[in-house]
Amino acid sequence: MNIRFEVNGKPAEVAVEPRTNLADCLRYHLRLTGTHVGCEHGVCGACTVIVDGAAVRACLMLAAQAEGTSIVTVEGLSRDDGLTPLQAAFRKRHALQCGFCTPGMLTTAHALLSEEPDADEDRIRSVLSGNLCRCTGYIPIVEAVLEARAAYRQGGKP
Amino acid sequence: MKPPPFEYQAPATIGEAVALLAADPGAKPIAGGQSLMPILNFRLAAPSLLVDLRRLPGLGDIAVGADGVQLGAKVRWRDIEADVRLATAHPLLQAAVAHVAHYQIRNRGTIGGSLAHADPAAELPGIAVTCEAEIAVVGAAGRRTIAAADFFTGPLATILRGDELITELRLPPWPQGRRWAFQEFARRQGDFALAGVALFYDEDAAGNARGAHVGVIGAGDRPQRLPAVEAALDGREIDEPTIQRAARAAAGAVDPPEDLHATSAYRRALVGTLVERALRAAAAGDSR
Repeated sequence: MNIRFEVNGKPAEVAVEPRTNLADCLRYHLRLTGTHVGCEHGVCGACTVIVDGAAVRACLMLAAQAEGTSIVTVEGLSRDDGLTPLQAAFRKRHALQCGFCTPGMLTTAHALLSEEPDADEDRIRSVLSGNLCRCTGYIPIVEAVLEARAAYRQGGKP
Repeated sequence: MKPPPFEYQAPATIGEAVALLAADPGAKPIAGGQSLMPILNFRLAAPSLLVDLRRLPGLGDIAVGADGVQLGAKVRWRDIEADVRLATAHPLLQAAVAHVAHYQIRNRGTIGGSLAHADPAAELPGIAVTCEAEIAVVGAAGRRTIAAADFFTGPLATILRGDELITELRLPPWPQGRRWAFQEFARRQGDFALAGVALFYDEDAAGNARGAHVGVIGAGDRPQRLPAVEAALDGREIDEPTIQRAARAAAGAVDPPEDLHATSAYRRALVGTLVERALRAAAAGDSR
């Protein structure tokens, strides 16, 4: 079946099986391999993408269900002129080691701070509880998200 | 894993959706998919057709009025979390829903999906049963309204027929000043509860409990109320001796399942402890 949606600001049309989930559609049909697939049952958060402004698990959504939506993947968070403030904070705080969970951490944190730029540490920890990291112990990730808040408060989408 | 193959339709009206479900006994509805997709990915189910409800009009509203709170079947957890009216119109609902799953799942999971999935440890079915809610459904034979107490028939099983869709959950009015609490214990935030307790009561002029409702999740094959505990509360002041009696009655009234995560005896003790904590919080007016 043919599905149309927007990915990172550009229109996309893909031919998928009904059972193709959004994560596989992005990776294999659109070659957006920044979105990682970990558990495939909604536990690890690695496949998090932003659909119509809300962070969702791309392994728990069919590509067909994304018809007509606007999707942002981790590729869509980057800028040509360097790291975004959120990405820079991740680097500065050593908030990644192997990097497998990082796309999901970034998309989740970006969706959160876009909606709630004043999220406190408790809220950030609560939201990131849906994303597993097996390297960092989470502390630097929380620090990075806390640090990135300033850029989201200054208005707009960094 | 990847789900087994299926066909897919996204009808534009409830009538078309019901007709698609009625025409194919292997068809299943999908809305947020936050329970169904894991089941498909584990290949625990192999529907021939998924009927996506995303294009159906309405079903996404929360209505608050003198007759209580009505939640459309496509209301998402995040909608309940964000609705400031519910802090007074149904604080127990909002407190229970705060425990449902994780951020990303809360952005897609729907109340209709949770009711239809009927996990014995899920919060919303527990609230529906405890509050004597009604569930409105529509199918090929027309519309009907089902009491929550009759809706859940076992683990992941409901009275819904294959061609029926949930349209609305109706919670009775919530009087101001009602005492209430929700308590659950899970190993990690967002995980399914090992057990949970929802309770509320009103107070008469003497300050004694009236109309106590006590429900548990995760302690049986479906959410259930505990009449023995309610009887131990009604007409009494909720003081420490009453709380202890109610906690013992609760532990004695459940026969919880045993699994990888907890033994039956552990869950039974946990239900007693949660009833104790919930009653203390309710009596102190410190439920949040």
